[in-house]
Amino acid sequence: MSQEGASKSRRRFLTGAVSVVGGVGAAYVAVPFLAYWKPSATTRAAGAPVEVDTSTLEPGQRVNITWRGQPVWVVRRSEAAIEALASVNDRLADPESAVASQQPAYAQNLHRSIDPSLLVVVPICTHLGCIPSFMPRPGSLDADWQGGFFCPCHGSRFDMAGRVYRGVPAPTNLQIPPHRLADDGVVVVGEDQEAA
Amino acid sequence: MKKIALCVLLGLFSGGAFAAGGGGDLMDAQVDVSDTASLQRGAKLFANNCMGCHSAEYMRWNALPEGLGVSMETIEETLIYGSYQQGDMMNVAMRGADAADWFGAEPPDLSLTARSRGADWVYTYLNSFYRDPDASIGWNNQLLANSSMPHVLWRLQGVPEPTYEEQGGELLVAGIQVPEAQAGTLSEAEYHQATRDITNFMAFVAEPVRAKRQEIGVWVIGFLVVFTALAYLLKREYWRDIH
Amino acid sequence: MSDATTKAQGGLLGWVDARFPLTKMWNEHIGEYYAPKNFNFWYYFGSLALFVLVNQLLTGIWLTMNYNPSAAGAFASVEYIMRDVEWGWLIRYMHSTGASAFFVVVYLHMFRALLYGSYQKPRELIWIFGMIIYLVLMGEAFMGYLLPWGQMSFWGAQVIISLFGAIPGVGEQLALWIRGDFNISGVTLNRFFALHVVALPLALVGLVVFHILALHEVGSNNPDGVNIKEHKGSDGKPKDGIPFHPYYTVKDTFGLGVFLIFFAAVVFFAPEMGGYFLEPPNFEPANPLQTPAHIAPVWYFTAFYSILRAIPDKFGGVLAMGLAIFLLFLLPWIDRGKVRSIRYRGLGHKINLGLFAVAFVILSYLGLQAPSDLYLGLSVTLWAQIWTAVYFGFFIFLFAYTAFGFERTRPVPERVTD
Repeated sequence: MSQEGASKSRRRFLTGAVSVVGGVGAAYVAVPFLAYWKPSATTRAAGAPVEVDTSTLEPGQRVNITWRGQPVWVVRRSEAAIEALASVNDRLADPESAVASQQPAYAQNLHRSIDPSLLVVVPICTHLGCIPSFMPRPGSLDADWQGGFFCPCHGSRFDMAGRVYRGVPAPTNLQIPPHRLADDGVVVVGEDQEAA
Repeated sequence: MKKIALCVLLGLFSGGAFAAGGGGDLMDAQVDVSDTASLQRGAKLFANNCMGCHSAEYMRWNALPEGLGVSMETIEETLIYGSYQQGDMMNVAMRGADAADWFGAEPPDLSLTARSRGADWVYTYLNSFYRDPDASIGWNNQLLANSSMPHVLWRLQGVPEPTYEEQGGELLVAGIQVPEAQAGTLSEAEYHQATRDITNFMAFVAEPVRAKRQEIGVWVIGFLVVFTALAYLLKREYWRDIH
Repeated sequence: MSDATTKAQGGLLGWVDARFPLTKMWNEHIGEYYAPKNFNFWYYFGSLALFVLVNQLLTGIWLTMNYNPSAAGAFASVEYIMRDVEWGWLIRYMHSTGASAFFVVVYLHMFRALLYGSYQKPRELIWIFGMIIYLVLMGEAFMGYLLPWGQMSFWGAQVIISLFGAIPGVGEQLALWIRGDFNISGVTLNRFFALHVVALPLALVGLVVFHILALHEVGSNNPDGVNIKEHKGSDGKPKDGIPFHPYYTVKDTFGLGVFLIFFAAVVFFAPEMGGYFLEPPNFEPANPLQTPAHIAPVWYFTAFYSILRAIPDKFGGVLAMGLAIFLLFLLPWIDRGKVRSIRYRGLGHKINLGLFAVAFVILSYLGLQAPSDLYLGLSVTLWAQIWTAVYFGFFIFLFAYTAFGFERTRPVPERVTD
């Protein structure tokens, strides 16, 4: 009788041991299968930082590049456009760029950039992902328009710093990607500006 | 019957040598992809001597640091000539068509040569060049006759001359020797080491994960032995009910 | 059994059982499936084959996520998986090693059936389903081997598709239809990919279900070849039977552990298996203009390849090869003997079966060698002819001594012996 009891507990112990060890093994097997879905070395290489030469970029002009499969626009703002930024503050949803996820800390300022004249922005409307039109000329959309981005899909408006206006469908400002200023007017998109 | 099964299994798992083309006995390259010093020397020789013509198009430059145990900065400084963008492959500038004009054949990509031909073949090939005034490029190779590749490493090895042997009225290349007057910068042993390093590096390039997979394999098998032992105890425990 | 399902059960299981025969199915096939208690070493390979199938399905699905089925991209995408995709090398080696492991396990499983007469009445259909599984598996392996688009992929497919071309009259048209092009091309690769990853796996899984259903309908054979259902206890259970669970689930778990040690040894230390599992020329991209110096199919096809080469006539070779497989289908009717297990069959049968197994192994070996190679002064072709004769002789002798009563069998015990 006592032997039978011993056998039963031994059986329970061994069943547990095999289950636990087998379970750990299964979990380890799952790791490669899950990690397989991570971006591959090719994808990561394609997502490498991109260099843009802005030395010849005139005010009001824009360069269109692709970083990590997404469009990125580098815009040279005119003096007038920089000055106009503060004037639309009261019509914006987030004039202070308080939503931290929409820009790196070094771009959390009035002009949302490192160099006030250079805006680096991901032109994907934060409403439903359309690409807004770039309309830098004041008055080109309507009389009050101070220049900026207008999304034709659902009418969302952004100013020349990619800040969203109030009363449009888009909830947040346009995304500012990590970027840094290198020598000779080269902007590196995808690398953070080192803390000064 | 169990014996037959064991024989079948053993036969399958003993893994015989597979003749991978090319004649004669091959030299043993003693590949060891965990020998990072050898890989580093091999990489340098490969970049300096082979990559003039041969690419390794499936190999990513930035996959080298992990296998070679050096930083990417070192790789960029010592191995990469010309511009480098992150994620670039080990490609070469020479165009295949040009190369075919110069050498009569396009220099093959070397990403997988150590697997398709075998590392020992590569090692033997690098040690089989000899001077051949009759060949258009001035060189020939004992392992791969009339190979269109010149002896790129001759400054290291020297200029090897063939020794002949008569067989059935025909003169055949029997061996290769470097006459003292034509010696290179390396001794024979040093040249063997250098070519072994190149071979070792090519074995690494052919399968960059090789060292890692063996490392992981030890743990996996250790784990499975524990699991199987426990499973055996469990099986024995239950099967006490039977009989 | 029906008691268990109609018993009022609470909880989630009861709720499910009222709507789906979960407990019923578990009991029928595992919990109360009574298997003979005397299974030996040979009986591990059925469950192992099932495990390898699951391995192939899982790793296969994962590989398709990064594989590119085009002539221009296939080879590079395999290297991409091997180098750039996280753990891609492991998934790929598990799949390539699994393919060979599948055949190792299936060949041993089939030999078990030959040893203990598991194909005989009433298990003919189990055997037929098994043979169809084997055929589909060969198709699966053949088409899968084209996908890496290396030199052996291309030329192996070239040789095998050309076999169809040997059929008189329609052959050339048939080969053209299979390729969908005048030579093997991306078109062929695409259709092979579709069949390899969708159609044939679907068929395999279905056939495996039929194979197991048929087995559980008539019950498992055993090394003594006796019917355990003829001796039931007062509870209606076979006296020599034990429930599959827990006895055979724990035993098969142990067997799986041993198998996995071998499997992992190959995957992690010898994924090429000396050139038998991954052939060296296959690390060169397919080149339709240059045949590798030495082409041989992968080891699991080489026995039949030897038979093909042994016959000097092209169509005759194809016929002989087809016959070598087809005769296995007919085995339940060729063997007229009443005794199942090798243990109680005549000496002649033991020798005959032994020679058959030896012939299969030797033919497999010969298929890997160049036809002109010499062994003991005889060419590989001649050796292949001798062993091809032994291979076919097995079926002829088997029919002769069983149909005309020449076999001296020993008495079969009433109950299993150990």
